[in-house]
Amino acid sequence: MNRFSAFIQKEFRHILRDRRTLMILFGMPVIQVLLFGYVLTNEIKNAAIAVLDPAKTEESNALTNKLVSSGYFQLEQNIPSEADLEAAFKSGKVKMAVVFPADFSVSPNKPTDIQLIGDASDPNTATTLINYANAIIADFVQEKALVTGSGNAITSIRTETRMRYNPEQKAVFNFVPGVMTLILMLVSAMMTSITIAREKELGTMEVLLVSPLKPIQIILGKTAPYLALTLLNALVVVLVGIYIFGMPLQGSILLLTAECVLYMFVALSLGILISTKAKDQMTAMFISALGLMMPTMLLSGFIFPRESMPVPLQVIGSVIPATWFNPIIKGIMIKGTGLDVLWKQTAVLGGMALFFLAVSLRNFKDRL
Amino acid sequence: MSTIISTDKLTKTFGAFTAVNAISFDVMEGEIFGFLGANGAGKTTALKMLTGLLTPSSGSAMVAGFDVWKQPEQVKRRIGYMSQKFSLYEDLTVRENIRLFGGIYGLSMALIRQKTATLLQKLELEPEADKLVKSLPLGWKQKLAFSVALLHDPSIVFLDEPTSGVDPLTRRQFWELIYEAAHEGITLMVTTHYMEEAEYCNRLSMMVDGRIVALDTPGALKNQYQARNMDEVFRRIARG
Repeated sequence: MNRFSAFIQKEFRHILRDRRTLMILFGMPVIQVLLFGYVLTNEIKNAAIAVLDPAKTEESNALTNKLVSSGYFQLEQNIPSEADLEAAFKSGKVKMAVVFPADFSVSPNKPTDIQLIGDASDPNTATTLINYANAIIADFVQEKALVTGSGNAITSIRTETRMRYNPEQKAVFNFVPGVMTLILMLVSAMMTSITIAREKELGTMEVLLVSPLKPIQIILGKTAPYLALTLLNALVVVLVGIYIFGMPLQGSILLLTAECVLYMFVALSLGILISTKAKDQMTAMFISALGLMMPTMLLSGFIFPRESMPVPLQVIGSVIPATWFNPIIKGIMIKGTGLDVLWKQTAVLGGMALFFLAVSLRNFKDRL
Repeated sequence: MSTIISTDKLTKTFGAFTAVNAISFDVMEGEIFGFLGANGAGKTTALKMLTGLLTPSSGSAMVAGFDVWKQPEQVKRRIGYMSQKFSLYEDLTVRENIRLFGGIYGLSMALIRQKTATLLQKLELEPEADKLVKSLPLGWKQKLAFSVALLHDPSIVFLDEPTSGVDPLTRRQFWELIYEAAHEGITLMVTTHYMEEAEYCNRLSMMVDGRIVALDTPGALKNQYQARNMDEVFRRIARG
């Protein structure tokens, strides 16, 4: 046991003495969560709009007020004529314009048109704004119909929407789990592959392999410290999510921890697999970044919904560990789901862990 | 003197390329045995097979009385190894490196402490004991690496081009350490491409294209090839 503890001690010294490693280990997670949490939100507040209202009726005023008082929009300017629309959009001051017809009035018998123009140079924002505005206008029409009592059957159906689990539709509920899949993959896989590749590059791996240490002890000794630190990282990300962004933790902490450890095992074995292929640290880093980070970010459903991907990408996405881990964290943290529902994802991750570990152990012996 | 290393038609192929071609030789206990050859002649590959780093394609080897591939654990405990990359951890201090390798080889803390003290004194590294290894000059690193490879009292130490990249004076000092080890009964197997170092060995094997083409004492080889020094011997052999 003395052998193994001497080895682990050394590994911790490497980590603590390398400022870059420390930065990646402890700086990255917090910075990423904060970045994703604050910058990458798709909630929209106070978007600047322009209104072109030649009618200037009581009703058109009321509708404009309703839009602005929703909190989503802010009236940037009233535009006198259609010709000025172009300038307003070009200046970038307004994201959306509402154009009323000259004869605007709401009556059940005579349909009327309102034009919504979005600045689709940013398509996501434009779509979101148009959707918000549509919803508010529909609401307005319904209210009107009920008040005048002239509503027909269709307009008298009021939809009542409830967004379960995330009533305020906070984007952070999506990003915290997403960042966790990313960070745990980054730290576990990339850092292990780099640290093993470093021993190969420096020639110290040979010395270790000639020593009485068994390959499995070398692998364990190299990865155990990272496993511990990654777990610490996961804790930090969860705490930031809960205390800074108001994420709930509905489910069992124990289950969450266990699932994190399982995911880390998958990531660690991937890291070992990469290090058996990579001759030096640069290669290891490159393979990890390109082969693991990018797919985790783009194909796992963290940023782009998987449902809307072309089938081949969905297939690729389904072999990415994060694709299975993401619903697990979301389920546990937001919905309070237990293993009775998440067993399938857990089983897939377990299978991946065994598979990659077996392959990388075999490779490790062959290659070195 | 008894045989401590013995190989029988040891061969290693990488695809169609034969790096080591059926070499058979014996090394006696306490010998300084040199492996000479140009780069790519197969000496490092041969050494790697003897230390268990590479599995041979065919043939066998006994090291310290055990079969290298059937009883690797027994062999590993009895050998030391120093690679041409000098094999210490640069971001650990001198003392930490000694403790690490002592620990890996299963020495007790008390023994490690005692060995650290003697080693530091012998190498006159006491003032440097708590400095990072990367701050030491290359020659010192190599001496330290060699001493660390001897830490667990191995019967055999394999040195793969241990003196590459240092000046002749430092090389000379390094060889004094090697002689000292040999004097204590340790067998040393050294690869080198410095011909002047070849003169320091008890016996030499010359490798060309994966084969051992000559094996004898430096004196006998010089006689045989009617050369004044090892450099000439080597050139005559290489020319065929």
